Amino acid sequence: MAHEHAAAHDDHHQAPTGLMRWIKTTNHKDIGTLYLIFSAVMFFVGGAMAMVIRAELFKPGMQFVDPSFFNSMTTVHALAMIFGAVMPAWVGLANWMIPLQIGAPDMALPRMNNFSFWILPFAFTLLLIGFFVPGGAPAGGWTLYPPLVLQGGDSLPMAIFAVHLMGASSIMGVINVIVTIMNMRAPGMTLLRMPLFVWTWLITAYLLIAVMPVLAGAVTMLLTDHFFGTSFFSAAGGGDPVMFQHIFWFFGHPEVYILILPAFGIVSEIIPTFSRKPLFGYEAMVYASASIAFLSFIVWAHHMFTVGMPLAGQMFFMLSTMLIAIPTGVKVFNWCATLWRGSLTFETPMLFALAFLFLFTCGGFSGLMLAIVPADFQYHDTYFVVAHFHYVLVPGAVFAIMAGVYYWMPKWTGHMYDEKLGKWHFWLSAIFVNVLFFPQHFLGLAGMPRRIPDYSTQFADWNMVSSLGAFGFGLSQLLFPYIIWKCVKGGAPAPARAWEGAHGLEWEVPSPAPHHTWDEAPSMAVIARGAEH
Amino acid sequence: MMTKNSAKVASYLSAGALALAASAAHAEWALNMTQGVTDISRRIYSLHMLMLWICVAIGVFVFGWIIYSILSFRKSQGAVPDTRMVHNTKAEVIWTVIPVLILIACAVPAARTLIETENATNTELTIRVTGYQWKWGYDYVDAGVNVLSTLDHASNEARQLNSSIDPASVPDYLLNVDHPLVVPAGTKVRLLLTAQDVIHAWWVPALAVKKDAIPGFINEVWFKVDEDKTGTYRGQCAELCGRDHGFMPIVVEVRSKAEFAAWLEQQKAAAQPAAAPAVTADATATTGQTG
Repeated sequence: MAHEHAAAHDDHHQAPTGLMRWIKTTNHKDIGTLYLIFSAVMFFVGGAMAMVIRAELFKPGMQFVDPSFFNSMTTVHALAMIFGAVMPAWVGLANWMIPLQIGAPDMALPRMNNFSFWILPFAFTLLLIGFFVPGGAPAGGWTLYPPLVLQGGDSLPMAIFAVHLMGASSIMGVINVIVTIMNMRAPGMTLLRMPLFVWTWLITAYLLIAVMPVLAGAVTMLLTDHFFGTSFFSAAGGGDPVMFQHIFWFFGHPEVYILILPAFGIVSEIIPTFSRKPLFGYEAMVYASASIAFLSFIVWAHHMFTVGMPLAGQMFFMLSTMLIAIPTGVKVFNWCATLWRGSLTFETPMLFALAFLFLFTCGGFSGLMLAIVPADFQYHDTYFVVAHFHYVLVPGAVFAIMAGVYYWMPKWTGHMYDEKLGKWHFWLSAIFVNVLFFPQHFLGLAGMPRRIPDYSTQFADWNMVSSLGAFGFGLSQLLFPYIIWKCVKGGAPAPARAWEGAHGLEWEVPSPAPHHTWDEAPSMAVIARGAEH
Repeated sequence: MMTKNSAKVASYLSAGALALAASAAHAEWALNMTQGVTDISRRIYSLHMLMLWICVAIGVFVFGWIIYSILSFRKSQGAVPDTRMVHNTKAEVIWTVIPVLILIACAVPAARTLIETENATNTELTIRVTGYQWKWGYDYVDAGVNVLSTLDHASNEARQLNSSIDPASVPDYLLNVDHPLVVPAGTKVRLLLTAQDVIHAWWVPALAVKKDAIPGFINEVWFKVDEDKTGTYRGQCAELCGRDHGFMPIVVEVRSKAEFAAWLEQQKAAAQPAAAPAVTADATATTGQTG
C-alpha cells in the first residue's frame, strides 16, 4: 500500500529540526502549515484593528482615536485581512491539500514554494511598521485612490513595496499551483475527476496571474507620481485620477473572486461529504466557476458608478454585473440539490458550510441590488456596501476557511478536534456575525457613509448593536486557535477516512498524513474510489 | 434560524418603510432608505424596493429549500442517501433560465430610470460645487454668488477627541453647516462638481444624488425638488478624502421660487461692494440667512 511505503520512507527523512526545519523546508505540508499560521496571526492583527474601529463607532463622539488613525485602521485592516489573512489561508490550504488530492508527491516547484512563503512576513512587517514612521500608517483606504493616497507620509513607499512583495509572493505561489495541477496529477486523475477545491484553485490561480501584475503596475505609477515627477494620475499634469480607479478595479474585482472561488471549492467538498451523496452537477459547477472567473474581468467599473461614466458605460457594467447572478445561482442551486435526499449530519465543518450557503447567498442578494446603477447611487460608499462585502467575505470566505480547517484537521494532526468546542465556535460565530453585519445594511440605507470615524446621533442605535456583535465575534474567534492547539496536542485518533462520507485521495493516506505522501502514484482503483465526487 | 431571520427582516423592512414614509424626520432605529423629495429619488426608492422584494422572494425559496432539506434528510432520523442523484438536465436548465427572466425583469426598469437620471437637459439653474479638504464651495455661476459651507461650530466643538460635550445635545450633530446650499423648489437645478485637492463625493440621500467631485474634472448631475417639498435636507461627503472626511456635511435648503429669488438678490447686493475679497465677503453676507 502506498501509505506503508510512505511511512517507511518517512524514517529515512533527514530534514533539519527545530527552527531551521521551518525556514528551510521545501515540503508542501510544512509550507502549508506556515501559510496557515501566518494567516491566523494576520487574522488576529486585522481583527484587533476591526475592534478599534468598532470601539470608536460604539457611540457618537470621538472617544479613543484621532480621525487619521481611524483611517489607518480601516485601511490596514482591509490590507491585512485580504492579503494577510484570506489569501495566505487559501494558499496554505492549497499547499496542504492539492498534492494530496491529485496524488502528487509535492508541489512542482518546492524551493520557489519556500521563497513565496518567506517573502510574506517581510511584506507585512514593512506594511505594519508604517504605524511607527512620520505620517503614520497608510490612511487613504485599501483602494489607494490618488490624489488622497499621495498625501500619505513615509509609510506610502513602504506600503507600495509591501504590495509589490505580496504580489510577487502570490504570483510565485500560483505558478506553483498551476504547474502542479497541470503536470503532477497521478495517471488517471483526469481534469474532470479533480475535486472541486482543485478546480476552483486552478481557476483562481489564473485570475491571480492575470491581475496581480496590474495592481503592481498601478501602485508603481503611484510611486513614480509621488517621487519621480510623473503625472499618471494628476489632472494638473495631464493625467487622470479616475484612470487609477479603472486600473485598480480591473485588479480589484477579480481579486474579490480570488478570495471567494476556493471557498466554493471547499463547500463543494464538505456538503457532499456530510450529505453522504455525490456533488450534484459536478460539471456544471466547474463551468459555473469558470464563467464567474471570466465575468470578473468585465464588471470592474461597478465599483465606481459615481465617478461620472457615460450612460453606455454604466449600462454595460450594470448588465454584465447582473449576469454574474446566473452562474452563482447555478452553484447555490447545485449545493441545495446536493443536500436534497441526502443523509445529513451536522459536524462543525458542515455547520460552517451551511452557514456559508445561507449567508453568502445574503451577500449575493445585496450584490444584485448594488448592480442596479440608479439604486447604487444611494448605496455607493455607505454601510450598505460595507455590509455586502463583509457578508461575502466573513461568513463567505472566512467561514469556508474555517470549515476547511475543521474538515481537514484530522488529516493534518491525526486527531479529531473537540466537536463540542467546535460547535460552540460555530454557533457563537454564526450568531455574532449577523449581529455585527446585518444592522450595517440599515445604517447604509438610512444614510451613513462608510469610512467615517464619527456619525450623527440618528445612527447611534444600530452602530451600538453592530459594535456589540463585533466584540462578541472577535472574542469567539479566540476559541479557534485553542481548538486547533488542543487538536494538535491530542484527541481521539482519526482514521484515514476521518469522515464517513468523505471521498477523495486525501482520505486514502493515513492520518496524520505522513511527511511524504504519494511517492508512488495511487492505483487506478484508488483514484476511481476517490473520484466519486 | 436564517429563514426566520430573513422573514423577520422583511417585515421589519416593510414596517420601517411605512414608518419612514409617514415621517420625513430622522427616525432612530431607521431600517430603510427614504423616498426622498424628487421624482428620481422616488423612482430609485421603488427600484430599491423592487430589488429587495425579489431578493426576499428568492431567499424564501432557496432558504426554504435548504431548511426543508436540513429538517427532512437527517441521518439521525434514518435518511438514506440517494447516491444516484448527480445530475438532471431539466432542473439545471430551469434554474438557469428562470434567473435570466428575473434579471431581465429587473434590468428594464433599472435601465429606464438610469436613462432618466442621465437626462441633464433643460436645467434652469447651474451651481458649481467644489470639494475642499474639508468643506464645500457653492458658486451660483450666473449670479456670481459664492458660498463656503463648513461644519457648524457646535458640532465641531463636540466632535473633538474627548470633548466631553454630549453629541446628543448638539442639534443635527455632524449634519449641520454654517452656510447651507440654498436652492429653489420646482426647478431643475444642475450641479457641476469638481474638487480642489482630492476626490470628494457630494451626497444628499433625499435628492438621490451622489456624484464624485474630482480634481481637474467636472461632473454633472441634476435634481428637481417637488414644488411643495421646501425644507432642509442633509447629506455628507461620501468619498474618503482624508482626516476630516466624516466632518464635511452637506445641507441643502430648499425654498420656494420667490423666496429663493429674493435670497439670491440679497446675496448679489451684498457681494457687489466688496467684489475684491469675494469669498470672505460672501461668507459674512450669508451668515444672516442661515438662522
